Amino acid sequence: MNVPEFPTRVGSGEFGQAIWDPEAETPSGLTGPDGLTAPKRFSVYRNNVIVSLSEALEQTFPAIRNLLGEDYFKALARAFVVRHPPTSPVLLWYGAEFAGFIEAFPPLEAYPYLADVARVEWAWLQSYHAADAAPMDPAALGSVDPEALGTVRFEKHPATDMVVSRWPVWDLMRVNRFEPDAEIDVDLEASQSVLITRPDYDVNLLLLRPGGDVFLNALLSGAMLGEAAASAQAQVEEFSLSDCLSDCLSNGAFKDLVTA
Amino acid sequence: MPSHSTEPTRIDAAVPARAGAGLKADHVQDVLDTGADIGFFEVHAENYMGAGGVPHRQLEAIRERYPLSLHGVGLSIGGEQPLDKSHLQRLADLNRRYEPGLFSEHLAWSTHDTTYFNDLLPVPYDKATLDRVCDHIDEVQEKVGRKMLLENPSTYVAFEQSTMSELDFLKEITRRTGCGLLLDVNNVHVSSTNHARSAIEYLQDFPMDRVGEIHLGGHAPDVDDAGRPLLIDAHDREVDDAVWALYETVVERNGPVPTLIEWDNDVPAWPVLLAEAQAADRILSQESGAGFKRAV
Repeated sequence: MNVPEFPTRVGSGEFGQAIWDPEAETPSGLTGPDGLTAPKRFSVYRNNVIVSLSEALEQTFPAIRNLLGEDYFKALARAFVVRHPPTSPVLLWYGAEFAGFIEAFPPLEAYPYLADVARVEWAWLQSYHAADAAPMDPAALGSVDPEALGTVRFEKHPATDMVVSRWPVWDLMRVNRFEPDAEIDVDLEASQSVLITRPDYDVNLLLLRPGGDVFLNALLSGAMLGEAAASAQAQVEEFSLSDCLSDCLSNGAFKDLVTA
Repeated sequence: MPSHSTEPTRIDAAVPARAGAGLKADHVQDVLDTGADIGFFEVHAENYMGAGGVPHRQLEAIRERYPLSLHGVGLSIGGEQPLDKSHLQRLADLNRRYEPGLFSEHLAWSTHDTTYFNDLLPVPYDKATLDRVCDHIDEVQEKVGRKMLLENPSTYVAFEQSTMSELDFLKEITRRTGCGLLLDVNNVHVSSTNHARSAIEYLQDFPMDRVGEIHLGGHAPDVDDAGRPLLIDAHDREVDDAVWALYETVVERNGPVPTLIEWDNDVPAWPVLLAEAQAADRILSQESGAGFKRAV
């Protein structure tokens, strides 16, 4: 081997710094076959990193991609990737900060619903990869003493989550991800909160009924059934306990019934 | 729940000296429906590090019917810092859960401080790096409880500070750690072209007795700063004719070895990928007479 007498050493720190900064000079000490520094060669690595991470985001946030269009999404993803590079080699977990980044991104100020759509897509991904578990059998409630019904609690299923939003996130998700051909008029004045469940392998996205967000939020925080119903009733007049509870049970939102 | 309720019945773990394919989620249904005749499947370990759901169900269904190769892409064995213990634990857990016939990782780094770069970044071939890589491989083999294969890289730049050739570096690693090698013939072609070396000479000198698996994949042609050819290890197309030719010489000289077709970007329909694997199988079967030999 031809080793220069005083080679320039390049550590991972310097290499990595030059990956994130497109204006950075190629570290000298990295060369082509002629022994000269080779910026175009180095840019292959820069490009691999930025593009592969942007593509990972695109897979996780397809509705955001559709709402923004391909070019805008790519630019946004690039900005995000540089500021929030992954901290784990498991990219299934990459993008937790994307919704917050969108929310604080000044050029997207006029589209305040985007961040909540991203929150739903992130919750959908968490549900998709959550631990397998058999959901609670809805019939289990029938064996509870009617007098004690108000005191039962529910253990959350590992794949269950909810997103409370003042924006029509359910319709936006349908139009931009799950039902692209459906004719849905999205009313940006509407507030929609959604329940995400995965009783077996398919992730379900369900529009919560009026008061369902308050009710389910209370149950998932460990409140007793009676307390959760009372607080939903107090805040939302049209709240229907039987309908909301039935939605939760039939979609496998809970893993177990916990009696006092 | 359909999963884990009964102990699954799995095919023998040993990967035969046949062609296999990188498993893509979009192909799983086709593979299972057609009972595809293929030697094995390989998966990127990191794609199966979630807790549950469809990915594990698919992988279990594949593992019941086909031998499996587990290929890590994120351990950063060439990194300057200690290995990520929790990531190593996840790799060990996956090995235990799926009992793959082969387990491999890369001669590359991908993590610095707390940042993961999601690319196989190059290492200098010097003594300090050699010592570190050997320590890391010792740690992996101890933790996972088995021999691993280390893959030769595709590189685009050389380090001025390197004091050894890539081959001497790899040979010394296998000698010290006892690990096997995953010979990526596409990477040999890509790196040889990029660094104006002879791929033929590299392969002639490669320690074939250490090779437990071969990779073949597609690359994208480009040019460097001085207008010289620069090949990018893109895994986005068919295997190039030049790589097939190198592969034939390897199989001719050394006999059949489990051979994987990698196609990770612009992934084609399953029959296209299967046809690539069948092309490799034809080369392997010419060298193994009537039947396929088992890999060591």
